[in-house]
Amino acid sequence: MKFSLGPSLFFWPKNEVVDFYQQAKESSADIIYLGETVCSKRRELRAKDWLGLAQDVAKDTKKQVVVSTMTLLESPAEIQVLKRLCDNGEFLVEANDLSAVQIMHELKMPFVAGPAINCYNLSTLKVLLKQGMTRWLMPVELSGDWLKILLDQATEAGIRQQFECEVFSWGYLPLAYSARCFTARSEDKAKDDCEYCCIKYPEGRRMNSREGERVFVLNGIQTLSGYQYNLINEMPALDAMGVDIARISADSTAAFTQLDNFREQLVNPTRKELDGISECNGFWHKIAGMSVA
Amino acid sequence: MELLCPAGNLPALKTAIDNGADAVYIGLKDDTNARHFAGLNFNDGKLAKAADYVHQRGKKLHVAINTFAHAGGEERWQKAVDNAVAIGTDALIIADLGVLDYAATKYPDVERHVSVQASTTNLEAIKFFKNNFDVQRVVLPRVLSVQQVRQLAKSSPVPLEVFAFGSLCIMAEGRCYLSSYMTGESPNTVGACSPAKYVRWQETDKGLESRLNGVLIDRYQEDENAGYPTLCKGRFEVDNNVYHALEEPTSLNTLELIPDLIAMGIVSVKIEGRQRSPAYVEQVAKTWRMALDRYQQNPENFAVEGAWMNTLANLSEGSQTTLGAYHRKWQ
Repeated sequence: MKFSLGPSLFFWPKNEVVDFYQQAKESSADIIYLGETVCSKRRELRAKDWLGLAQDVAKDTKKQVVVSTMTLLESPAEIQVLKRLCDNGEFLVEANDLSAVQIMHELKMPFVAGPAINCYNLSTLKVLLKQGMTRWLMPVELSGDWLKILLDQATEAGIRQQFECEVFSWGYLPLAYSARCFTARSEDKAKDDCEYCCIKYPEGRRMNSREGERVFVLNGIQTLSGYQYNLINEMPALDAMGVDIARISADSTAAFTQLDNFREQLVNPTRKELDGISECNGFWHKIAGMSVA
Repeated sequence: MELLCPAGNLPALKTAIDNGADAVYIGLKDDTNARHFAGLNFNDGKLAKAADYVHQRGKKLHVAINTFAHAGGEERWQKAVDNAVAIGTDALIIADLGVLDYAATKYPDVERHVSVQASTTNLEAIKFFKNNFDVQRVVLPRVLSVQQVRQLAKSSPVPLEVFAFGSLCIMAEGRCYLSSYMTGESPNTVGACSPAKYVRWQETDKGLESRLNGVLIDRYQEDENAGYPTLCKGRFEVDNNVYHALEEPTSLNTLELIPDLIAMGIVSVKIEGRQRSPAYVEQVAKTWRMALDRYQQNPENFAVEGAWMNTLANLSEGSQTTLGAYHRKWQ
């Protein structure tokens, strides 16, 4: 099994992004995803900067670099940027909206179907394969049982070899996208006048219940899980069912340590107790996502 | 512009038609639709009666099959399509790409509408559905501003339908796992958001508390109206500040946009609320019918009447309405 570093979902200053990916280059990740997936107003790095960064990271390394694209696209200007990234001529693209699937299909280029593409079943896998999908990231709310059924079906249908399967395995889970910017709202600002305030929150803003329970993390127009998802104990199971890639989300530099921990777990499985106040694994076990099985 | 009303049962469907709906949308009695609630929706017998009632009056029936088909359970969704086609539905409202593929291949002559749950917010995504499944309509998620809807309507190769009134989803529909994160059940997989079986109410020293699967969603003082604990409409704490961090209890109401929507060529306005009572459907259908007719009679002098707004506000969550994302300031 390979390990990927997912795209950072937060808004960081340009120099910190560059630093982060210098470290990523030195990390144990086999695959590095990078690019803005949340908000088109975040312009510390523009399309050409992300592509330049992708080239820097890809230079002198065996790691695969993938350009991740936006999830909620609402304007022609956003589509223009998306087209530019899709037609980069060099890197594999992670599509997070069907617009990107459409563009990649027109370009006759392969793509990764990211976590916000709703692919829940065999027929949908077939539709996406026909479009050019070569890697599928399971929607984060689905369970291990669901995945096993689907992968077995794909094997039976003779299509399992046509795509790699990737599972979001560590980090704050991307749960929802809105027209509204919740970070701007938390500062009593309108989205059109947000002053890019999410740059002040490198790991998002915690949104707790009135009893102090970490419910969600606000990240601009995106809502993340309040707990970090952690499938470290499930790594042998993922491996056994033929998952090709485990994704470690780029929440912070802690992701680099997790990449090592997860890899070690395959070689030398040791059970890690999740604490239940900052970690969860419920989705995989078909219970409330925020729970620990 | 079509007035498309919801119906969770036969009485609601008849009420909708009798009060001016041009078309009604319904779901089957299982998890193939996004309002999978106990006591709601149509079994095979009721489905046929629904179709008869609507068609005898020259109106249209849309059947929503708009959850995502389960791995290993796809036949249930395909059967739902078969059943809807068998009773002569005028349109299938579908979100899942696999189900759309099935419908387009097996029943190319039955209209296919892209459900709001498919989260189609831009031209390229619309092209995807047009090219692959030759869809006849796209229902837009409640995330676009009026300007964005206008822009899209100008260029879209497929006619567009928008939400006009009802409970307000503030997240891009079909891309929200908040409910399954808290309860294990989501609109995509189970056809329900913040399901009632996880709701608990409790009187405490601090006030009336509503919980969803144990998580405190809101706490009400005596002078406050308590609402259903939809998880995105509770009060939460962000850095010691307690407020409706995502959204207040409120409903979408776009009566004032009627002239704009018609000018843009929007083909249908959809009323949310298959889970609502016939009495609710009656009031909303009647009010919207009046407003749409008034506009047709005299477009230049169209003005929203206070009485219409009051009727709709009284039917709304928290007795208040909003233009939601259509109005940029809301965003």
